[in-house]
Formats: sequence, structure tokens, C-alpha cells
Amino acid sequence: MRYAMAIDTKKCVGCGDCVVACQTENNVPIGYCRDWIVENVNGSYPNVEIELRSERCNHCDNSPCVRCCPTGASHIIEGGIVKVTHNECIGCGACIQSCPYDARYSHPDGYVDKCTFCDHRLAKGQSTACVSVCPTNCLYFGDLDDPNSDVSKALRNRTSKVLAPEAGTKPQLYFLT
Amino acid sequence: MKTRRDFIKISAAGAGAATLGLSALSWKGGNSLYASNDQEPVSEEEMTAHSTYCEVCFWKCAGWTYVDKKGSIRKIIGNDDDPHCNGRLCPRGTGGVGMYNDNDRLKTPLIRTTVDGKQGFRKASWEEALDLVASKMKGVADKYGPEAFALFNHGSPGSHFKHLFHAYGSGNEGEPAWAQCRGPREVGFAATFGSWIGSPEPTDIRDTKCLVLIGAHIGENMHNGQVQEMSQAIDRGATIITVDPRLSTAASKSKYWLPIKPATDLALLLSWIHVLIYEELYDKKYIDQYAMGLDQLKAHVKNMTPEWAYGITTIKPDVIRKTAREMANASPSVIVHPGRHVVWYGDDSQRERAIAILNALLGSWGKRGGFYFKESVPVPKFPQPKYPHHEWDWKDNLDGKYPLSSMGITSELLKASIPEFEYKHQIKSWIVAGTNLPLTIPDKELFKMAAESVEFICVVDTMPMDITGYADVILPECTYLERYDYIRSSPHREPNIALRAPAVEPKHETKPAWWIAKQLGDRLGLGEYFNYDDIEEVLDWQLKKMGTSLEEMKKIGVKKYPRTSGALYLQDGEDYHFNTNTGKIELYSTEFEDHGFDPMPNYTEHPQPEEGFYRLIYGRAPMHTFSRTSNNPNLADLMDSNSVWVNPKVADLWDLKTGQEVWLQNQDGVVSDFPIKVRVTERIRWDSVYMVHGFGHTNKKLTRTYGHGASDSKLITNVMVDPQMGGTGMRGNFVTFLTENPEGEVES
Repeated sequence: MRYAMAIDTKKCVGCGDCVVACQTENNVPIGYCRDWIVENVNGSYPNVEIELRSERCNHCDNSPCVRCCPTGASHIIEGGIVKVTHNECIGCGACIQSCPYDARYSHPDGYVDKCTFCDHRLAKGQSTACVSVCPTNCLYFGDLDDPNSDVSKALRNRTSKVLAPEAGTKPQLYFLT
Repeated sequence: MKTRRDFIKISAAGAGAATLGLSALSWKGGNSLYASNDQEPVSEEEMTAHSTYCEVCFWKCAGWTYVDKKGSIRKIIGNDDDPHCNGRLCPRGTGGVGMYNDNDRLKTPLIRTTVDGKQGFRKASWEEALDLVASKMKGVADKYGPEAFALFNHGSPGSHFKHLFHAYGSGNEGEPAWAQCRGPREVGFAATFGSWIGSPEPTDIRDTKCLVLIGAHIGENMHNGQVQEMSQAIDRGATIITVDPRLSTAASKSKYWLPIKPATDLALLLSWIHVLIYEELYDKKYIDQYAMGLDQLKAHVKNMTPEWAYGITTIKPDVIRKTAREMANASPSVIVHPGRHVVWYGDDSQRERAIAILNALLGSWGKRGGFYFKESVPVPKFPQPKYPHHEWDWKDNLDGKYPLSSMGITSELLKASIPEFEYKHQIKSWIVAGTNLPLTIPDKELFKMAAESVEFICVVDTMPMDITGYADVILPECTYLERYDYIRSSPHREPNIALRAPAVEPKHETKPAWWIAKQLGDRLGLGEYFNYDDIEEVLDWQLKKMGTSLEEMKKIGVKKYPRTSGALYLQDGEDYHFNTNTGKIELYSTEFEDHGFDPMPNYTEHPQPEEGFYRLIYGRAPMHTFSRTSNNPNLADLMDSNSVWVNPKVADLWDLKTGQEVWLQNQDGVVSDFPIKVRVTERIRWDSVYMVHGFGHTNKKLTRTYGHGASDSKLITNVMVDPQMGGTGMRGNFVTFLTENPEGEVES
């Protein structure tokens, strides 16, 4: 099993619903976030393009955050989800420095926090909070090993890219272009 | 100038000092606003779900409020059965929990008082505040007649106060939804098809093959169902054509973006009509059967060629032809979208007529992928006596002006409040429920004059909005998550209703609007109009008549009904009577002609900015609703200020950098209250600037948003009024940059 997410940049309107839904689902304190929106503008008026992306932890196959964690708080669970065990985290921030995607933040309670792919919801057969709420249905989630999963189907039918491939982290967020 | 009603910026008389102590930063990183200190998410099975429909905007999506075992609201999730949201709320709906948690909320009734010559508010009991408002209503009724009391309203609280006002004897009510928003499109479409657009719009976007947006920015305007359907249309490969001087989000997803010179849309629309007729691309069968006036229209647009429009709009003739053909190819599954906030240049009803005519020529009204026939289910009226007759209302003051206005014109009610305007009938007092007039109505000086002229203002709101600074009495309403409201019966493909029930007890000393209206009614001797102890009785009575019950609706939230008015679309060749004077789709409007207006739209040239000035264009951000949400902790976290978008060429000229603060000054010398940050971007034309509406709040009690960004409303002093329906055209204002603090103090 290998969980992954595909984000359709052609449909995302950058509304930020994924951010709020994650905050309320996961009790993320206001002022912090586990997912966020990036807007890239290219060209000059009137030949301009925008790419809107909902971003979060890439749950990399080759995760620098896990490798550099001195206590083992950062670890990988079934499906390739990168997680942090809060009470094992000493808040040193090495993982934050090592992440090429800036996907982690220091929680005010003293530990490092990040996207969990809502594994507590997956366990109940639900999708992640961000996928479930997205008004444009631009987020596809599932098991890459299952050819019938939403994410497998989306990737099969569309061209896609990953962010910072040069970092060699084998990220598992795919952006449909 | 010392005025009777000083705008109260800071509570001087000690009301709610605690709310003032919360600095804009203390909540960042603090944990007082997240639902509990539990670090782990709580599963839905461990919570109770309460039916609601959203009030953060007015699309009114139905959802479930989840409350944990400690009684905290944890999250709000869309109702899967609701056609407004299909189980997916937008960021504002998801962030509605912030409206409940906001520490800046109004907490107790407040009464204006003067201590040592300084005006402020003091806390009051409900008993005292209601007695005072009721005595003022009685006083006005005795002295001037109840008609002299006006209601400004928006959203659910408005419906309870409308009932109160009708029982009391006043029909003077206005909401910005008409003259500051969508009035012109209702007039333009009614004149053409005999039907309003209404809300939600009956646009069949999910099945369309071609969606044409004229300045409409779906995706930034986050009306949920439309955004969802636009996304479906993208999936299905629909062609999107967007006309906008700004690369809106929708424009960025369009096959054709037409970066039009602002204020020239009508010329483009007329040239499209020209192409459709002269290239014989229009739906001949549909027009033959259903429409009248084609010959007149053909003659009318004879010279309105794409070449003619090019000189006006800067859109190249081949692009005009190509896009017209795209529309025709998709016909009848094509939507030239009517837009929503359409009060731009004062000829807006005519521009909407041109949009309606285009849809008629494309045969899209009543067709799959065009406009469907909406249907709603009637909610039975709870038994009550007939409302008393009122002697006059806002319409009697117009002397025949704005003959096609069918809802109260807010700006006219303001003028009627100012004796200097010498209106036949004068307004003496107001209740303002759920609308923040100073950041909604253009021409703030007019608003301030009106507020200073009236004898009494009562404001009902959940938040210390800017309007509360003008109040004599403030009544704190609880949020939609803490109250019942009337049943939502929405016009849609399938008629449906939704229930809003409280998920938790009202916080602080806040109360629901239905209760406030009833308390006032009882005090005014109008108890027979409020013949119930609790609104639950009314809702249960109504719901039982509709084949369900309050108990059942609490469990299901949304109920759908079968259609009874006929099919969703016109059948091929079906006879159909349109509700116009002629029973036909009127390409030539007899209604407009009867009132002395152009029966077919004409392009009028509007002023362009002088050198050094830029047209002020404003719009929406998907995470905010007007000025209602800018203090919401969850939504302010997504966007806590607006910025002014400036084209890089213009930025070079002024040496402006992204992030730099500037003040904006308009053509009449009016300066923004606060500085606004520059965003240098290729997304905006060089003759215009853009900002998101709803920021630049002047009330310090809004601790999270006070002083953040600039208010477009403040800078809109040139108002171009639509002669047909009284709409306040707001896109004819031009601003320049002040890079030094103009010593503009916060307004006093």
C-alpha cells in the first residue's frame, strides 16, 4: 500500500477550504497550518497564467525528516505516511530544517507537527479532511498500488509533476497540469 | 463638527473592557480559540451533529455542526443531500466555527450614554434595551406614523424583523442585495424572459458546454454550488470565456480571456449579438417560436460590428467573432452568466438586458446546459392576523423615478432620512439588522449625514461591526450556530428545504433574532402576530404541513420534494408562455419602452481615468464575505487584509514595490482611512487597480481586522445611478497613490 495525493491545478481556485478543514478536523491552532495554498503567476499582461496549488507534506519515500530525527519521533507508518509522535518529539526542529517543502511547523505546545494524511480518518474508511471538503473536487487521494483508487485514475489520465524532484526525496504529492 | 451621534470608536463607558484587551497578536499562537486542548482529533461518532444552514454568506448551504462531549463546537461539515453544497462547505462555511468562537463578539445589549461629555456605550439588560427600542418605535408611530421607522437588513435576521415591521405598519425596508448588488440583472432578465434570476442562480453549469463570464469571478466569488459546477464543467471540457480587465481565477481557467478595457462591456455584448444575427448563428427555431422583436434588434445592431467594438473595448474583431462562434457551437448548452454584483456604471439594467438577449439568441433559457426552470416548495404561513395597511413606503418618495425597482432602495431610504433632501415622506429612525452599512453603501458622507439626521438607530448584529458605532442601542444576536431561523426553502432543480437548529446554547447574553423581534412585538401590543412562545412551535407546525416534522428535520437536515411545475427544461417545440407583456421572450422590451427607456440596449461611453489615476475595481476573495468575515479568527488566518493590485508598468512609474504601504486618494480627494499594501502583479491592467472588498474597518472593537487594509466603499464617492431600478453604479471611481502618510487620521 502506498498512499498519495494528486492535486488538479486546473480546478483548484485557491479558496483555502482545505486549510480550514484541516485546522478544525485536526485541532491545529489558528496561526498555524498543515496545508496551504501557493499561487504562481507567469507571463506578462495579457499573456498571463496562474497555477494554484494546495500543498502539504509530501510523505516522501525518501524522507530527510525521518532520517534526521534524533529521537525517532518522526517515523513512517503503513502506506508510507510520515508521522510525528508528539510525546517523543523534543522540538529540536532538525526535521523542519531538512524538509525541502517547508511542510512542518513548531506547535506552540512544544512539538513539531505536520500533515498526517488524516490517518485517523483513513482507519475509518473516510478520506482526508481536505479531500472531503474541497468544493472543486480538485484533490484525489488513495492507494497507488490500487489501480482503481481515485489517485491512480487521476494520474493515469493526466500529466503531472512533483515539486523539487531534484531534492531526491521521492515525494508523493502529484500536481496535475 | 460636533455631531449628535459621534461615531464611537472605543467603548468609553466600560462596556466589555476585556474584549479590548485582546491584541491582534495575542490570539496568534495562543490556544484560546481552538476548540479544546485535546491534541487528537475527535471522531464524528463521539460527537452530536446538529442540522444547520450556513449564514456566513447568503448561499445558505446546509450542514451539520459537530459538538463534542464537553459541549464545544468542533467542526461544521456539509450535508450530503443538500444541492447547495453537496456535502462540501466552502472555507467560510467550514470556518463558520470562528464566528462562534470570536472573542470580539457583541456580548450584551449596549445603550449609548454620555459620561463627562464623552459618548460611549454602557451595558444594559435585555429588559431595559428592549423597552427602550419599543418605546422609540411607539414614539415614532405616534408622532409620525410607523412608516417613518425604516429597516435595513440582510440575511436571516432580516426576515424576523420584516415580519415585525409589517405588523407594526412600516413597509420601509431595504437591503443592499438590491441596489448595491443584483437588482439590475433581475430587471434585465425579467424584461426579457419574464423571470428573475434569483438565488441560487438557475444556471445549469454542470452540464454546460460553454460558460461566458462577464466580470463574474466564480471561484473568488465562492458561491458554493456554482463553484462546484464550474469545476465539473472544467472536468467535462467545457469552454470558458471570461471577460475581465483582471486575470481572475476564473479567467485563468478559461480558454478565452478577453482583457477588456473597463466600462466597455456593453459594446462587446452588442457586437456578439451582431455576429450571432448577421452570421445567422442564432437558434432560429427557438427565436421563431418563443421570441419577438428580432427584426428591430437586427436593425438596431446593424452597425455594431466587431470592428466597431474593437475601437471601444480593445478586443480584436477576430477574437469577438471566434468567441461568438464558440457560443453558437455550444448552443443551447451555453450560459452567458448574468453575474451577481452587477451595479457598475449606471446602465447596468441595459447591460443585463444585452446578456439576456444573448442567451435568448443562443436558445439557452430553459435548456440543459443553459438555464433550468427552478422550483421551490412553498412554506405555509403560520396563522396570524392580516398585516395593517401602511400609508406610504419608499416607492411613494420616488415620484416615478426608478420605476422598475421592486425592492427597497437603501440609498433612497438614506436620502429620505436627511431633511435637506426634502423628500415628501421622511424617515426618522432605523433598525439595522445584519448589514454593515458603512462598508456596504457607497458615498459614506451620505450615510453619515443620514445617520446623524435620524432620531434613533438600533443595530442588531453578532459583531461590533462599523455600523454599531452609530447605534443608540445595540442588540447582540447569537450566531447561526446557536439559533433557529425560518425554514430555508430554496429554488433549485429539485425543490428542497433545510433546517437551522441550534447546536449549542447562545454564548454570553446573546439572543436569536426571532426572539428579539417577538419581544419587541409583544411590547408594542402586536402579540397576536407572535402567537407562540418558542419558534419551535412555528417550525413544527409548518414542517408538519409539509409532510415532515421538526423532529425528523433535526435528523435529516434537508428534505427534497418532487417537482410539480413541469420539467426542468423546455421540451422540443413545447408551447411556453413567458411572463412578459407579450408572453414571448422580448428581444425588444415593451416594458422598458412603456417606461420611456431604450427598448434595446445601447452602448454609452463612460469616463476613463485621467493621467495618474486608475480605475478602482473591487471584488471578492473566496474566504471572505463582504465585511462580515474579516474578523473571523479562522478566516482572518487565511487572509487578514486586502492589498491593492498594481500592474508592474504602473509600479515602475510610481516606484512601488510589493508589500509597500500606500494610501489611496480618489478623484474627489477622499483618502483611504488606512494604508494598504501594494501587490505588484501582471494580473491587472495598467489603467486599473484592484482590491478585495470588505477590509479597512474603522471600529477598534474588531481587534483582528481594525485598520487592516483599505475600504473600497470609502473611495466610492462617484455613484452612477441606474435610472430603471435605482442601482448604485460603483465602478466609475479613480484612485491615485499617496506614498507618504497624508496625516489622514482615522476618521472621527
